[in-house]
Amino acid sequence: MALQIAQRRRIQASRKRAVVRNTFINKLQELAEKDERIILLVGDLGFSVIEEFQTKFPERFINAGIAEANMVGLAAGLALSGKKVFLYSITPFVTMRCFEQVRNDICYQNLDVILVGVGPGYAYGPAGPTHHAIEDVAVMRALPNMKVLCPGDPVEAGLCAEFAAKEKGPLYIRMGKGKEPVLHKNIPRLKLGKGIYMSEGKDLGLIASGNILPRAAEAKELLEKEGMSVSLISMPFVKPLDEELVLKEARSAKAIFTLEEHSLIGGLGEAVSKVLAENKFSGTFKTFGIPDLFPKSFGSQDYLREQVGLSAADISQTILKLL
Amino acid sequence: MLSKTAQKIRQLTLKMITEAKASHIGSSFSIVEILTALYFGDILKIDPQNPDDPKRDIFILSKGHGCASLYATLALRGFFPEEVLYKEFYTDGGRLTGHPSFKLIPGIEVATGALGHGLSMGVGFAKAAKIDAKKTKTFVVLGDGECNEGAVWEAALFAGQHKLDNLTVIVDYNQLQGLGCSKDVLCMDPFKEKWAAFGWEAKEVDGHNLEELTEVLKKVPFKEGKPNAIIAHTVKGKGVSYMEGELAWHYKSPNEEEFKQAVKELS
Repeated sequence: MALQIAQRRRIQASRKRAVVRNTFINKLQELAEKDERIILLVGDLGFSVIEEFQTKFPERFINAGIAEANMVGLAAGLALSGKKVFLYSITPFVTMRCFEQVRNDICYQNLDVILVGVGPGYAYGPAGPTHHAIEDVAVMRALPNMKVLCPGDPVEAGLCAEFAAKEKGPLYIRMGKGKEPVLHKNIPRLKLGKGIYMSEGKDLGLIASGNILPRAAEAKELLEKEGMSVSLISMPFVKPLDEELVLKEARSAKAIFTLEEHSLIGGLGEAVSKVLAENKFSGTFKTFGIPDLFPKSFGSQDYLREQVGLSAADISQTILKLL
Repeated sequence: MLSKTAQKIRQLTLKMITEAKASHIGSSFSIVEILTALYFGDILKIDPQNPDDPKRDIFILSKGHGCASLYATLALRGFFPEEVLYKEFYTDGGRLTGHPSFKLIPGIEVATGALGHGLSMGVGFAKAAKIDAKKTKTFVVLGDGECNEGAVWEAALFAGQHKLDNLTVIVDYNQLQGLGCSKDVLCMDPFKEKWAAFGWEAKEVDGHNLEELTEVLKKVPFKEGKPNAIIAHTVKGKGVSYMEGELAWHYKSPNEEEFKQAVKELS
């Protein structure tokens, strides 16, 4: 068994890019073969992603229709009857539209329900602001019992499904939507509340969570070209946060930067800043994320990232100016 | 004698709410016969000695603010001792919160209080029973004012679509809500027709007639493949003359004199 795991870890990721949500759903399908409690509940979304699951497990696939408040309460009733419910929709509809149901029915009652919100941050860029998700981590993180998991690449997304199937209690997974680069060369361990070192450096630490991870990796390369020695940390869990890892980095690095495609209010940056402030970190610190605004002009995810200084070039230049 | 049981539930509820200086006595009184029929009329398959029995029927009081009479019902039915009603209702550290909390006291299946949540959870129980081919039934009591909530109708659509004939809604149709008559706030009429239009088999009963209530509840499912709606015509504050149909008793707690008169009327 240990040998198998070691072998699996050595497997090099075969594709350079993979569609994050498909990776997740494919993995979920494998898990559903073994675990009869698993139910996939969707809010009339998931065209071209969920069909295979639906065909394979017609009894365990439920389309609740465009009615998210009911969908979450329904998930609670199913979970109270012994089911393990994966609830899948576009991020705003599975977190904010039905927030009170998530709070009372799922979190307060501490049920085995996994909210899968697809399309974090500006992933639905040109679709417009109704489809952007820039406050979801903040509101989900504020809920007692809720854990917040933001995979940074397709490898982490696949691991999320496995993690969720084993973990008890409410979990929010902030899932990438489209094709994302595979960043992990080896398959890492995904453990509750643990971050992952992608590389270790001496000068500064970049702590990134979720779909901004590829930009953080690019920014790291740009900074290295300027002679910096950079740690890159993927922090899939915004809650519980890996405080130990943050403090370890704080002991060795002169500067720490957080990166997230989320409002600067209530996300990774604020979570990390609390740890640093309470532990008297005296180095340079800055949070990169989305300022407290709705965009005035719309376009692709990269276009919107550029508007708020979240391109790799902007990030690296801002850091160089600060140091 | 079901009517004696109903009277006893009202007496206990009055004492609890008066001692705790709590609200919602009107809402608690309007559902007393509904609770009596469910818990003492051989409708709910439940075992107070084994409250988590996987084969039990599920009851959800979605209008959680009316829970004083539910607590009294559960105590009388043997889920916990009667003294708990006075020691733990609305008290520091007490398990009988003003809206039911989760897993604090035997007999309460889910936390309710924020209106419009209970039916969706009931739909989840009913759907799970269908998936697992279990014969258990789910009963949900809704307030008529609560039916203003859109989530109720999302759940109603789902239950109709998924043919949840193992699910029964009983609406406490007392026609009073937060700030006045339901007709003047957000009129739900035609009400029975609304449920029918959402794919439910709907019936109307006198919500204070125990015989009528037990008879109709014994008949569920009314029609194979359809969820069941029972519109129970009730009077808010039923049983105490000065409370009946008076909005103020959604909020007030009886003073000493009012308590004495209520005791007299309920004995």
